[in-house]
Amino acid sequence: MAETVAGPAHDVAGTAPEFPMPRASRCPFDPPPGLKELQEQGPLAKVRLWDGSEPWLVTRYAEQRAVLGDPRVSADTEQPGYPTKASAEAGEGKLSFIMMDDPEHARLRRMVTAPFAIRKVEALRPAVQRIVDGLIDDMLAGPGPVDLVEAFALPIPSLVICELLGVPYADHAMFQDNTRTMVRTTATPEERGAATREIAGYLAGQIARRLTDPQDDLLSGIAGRVAAGELTHGQATEMALLLLIAGHETTANMITLGTAALLEHPDQLALLRDTDDPKLVASAVEELLRYLHITHLGRRRAVTEDIELAGQVIRAGEGVIMVNEIGNRDPEVFEDPDRLDITRDARRHVAFGFGVHQCLGQPLARMELQVVYGTLYRRIPTLRLACALEDVRFKHDAFIYGIHELPVAW
Amino acid sequence: MKVELEADKCVASGQCVVAAMDVFDQDDEGIAILLTEEVGDDQVDDVREAVAVCPAAAIRLVQA
Repeated sequence: MAETVAGPAHDVAGTAPEFPMPRASRCPFDPPPGLKELQEQGPLAKVRLWDGSEPWLVTRYAEQRAVLGDPRVSADTEQPGYPTKASAEAGEGKLSFIMMDDPEHARLRRMVTAPFAIRKVEALRPAVQRIVDGLIDDMLAGPGPVDLVEAFALPIPSLVICELLGVPYADHAMFQDNTRTMVRTTATPEERGAATREIAGYLAGQIARRLTDPQDDLLSGIAGRVAAGELTHGQATEMALLLLIAGHETTANMITLGTAALLEHPDQLALLRDTDDPKLVASAVEELLRYLHITHLGRRRAVTEDIELAGQVIRAGEGVIMVNEIGNRDPEVFEDPDRLDITRDARRHVAFGFGVHQCLGQPLARMELQVVYGTLYRRIPTLRLACALEDVRFKHDAFIYGIHELPVAW
Repeated sequence: MKVELEADKCVASGQCVVAAMDVFDQDDEGIAILLTEEVGDDQVDDVREAVAVCPAAAIRLVQA
């Protein structure tokens, strides 16, 4: 017989705290204080979502990893108890394999793992360096201040994914404009729908062309699976769309949030700016991934068979949410977790999730961030915010946390 | 020490390669492969890190 957990788990129905929670107004880089309180009270707490449902929120690192690595939980948004993020998500279809379970998830995912192997990603590093340097050249050639989101942070993942997928350079502008609309939180549903359709149509055409004329790129790899009868045209397009979207908003927001956080921690910025040690740059990337939190709404799962966690039985049909931003601030795992310290070893963070769904693009994201953080502040040592931090608009309501505009000068 | 790898569990995160490059590599599909089963004293810490960061719990370090 499992014991119940003291603390919020005892809440009677209807009194669980609401999730997501607001951040403290002066601490845009820290988790909401309410989440830290829940973590201090115990490893598990019931929370209330937008639709009145009350899933479990897993507050601690060890338990978060245990759940994300457990085959008795499902990433399928249609499973009973799956904690949806918003009505918009509840009404959307599944986007390829991230919302599926094994074995189908593993079958589809393995079709696109090849380009994300460490050596393949390393081979892209010079191209990423050229992209980053070119954007900095453009910024320096014009007048400041500029919005770092538009001028730098969003074009980088966009140009890199074009390189990886094999999108012809001539189509860049169309491609970038539409992806920008797709990830812009201020876009209307109509605008987003139109942009998504245009990109999906474009990708479908590129895949079809590669059926007869394969190149050495990721779209050709996906086309090969269609030719072999392993994927339908529709599944192939969906997969290409997933790869395109997943690396955009995430990487772009890590670039701007990371820059804003470093500008607030001048000692850490100086360490990074004055080093030519790739190990320290890599360490800074891991620490910024640990300290910041793009996926602030957490990883979500539906429990398909009863599981016991920290002395509490979680029943089949209940939802669980793993919020990595508090997992990554768990004092049991990271000493003095609220301090940004780019010299610490933060490699065990759960910023990319954990388990079979852990981010497929993480080697690419890491490499892009290493090039960005290792280049931007060295090349523009006088970089500064062109407004007060209080005036920077953070994306509190977006699926992916980040910054709307980041005016910088030098 | 000896290292064991269950390749069918691997989800191609590549983190073992980053942690211990002279013990792990990846095949053409990104799936982990062992370069050696024997782990020297100087490699044990790196392999422990690989065990800790593997998202699929596919790596084990055992007494030889």
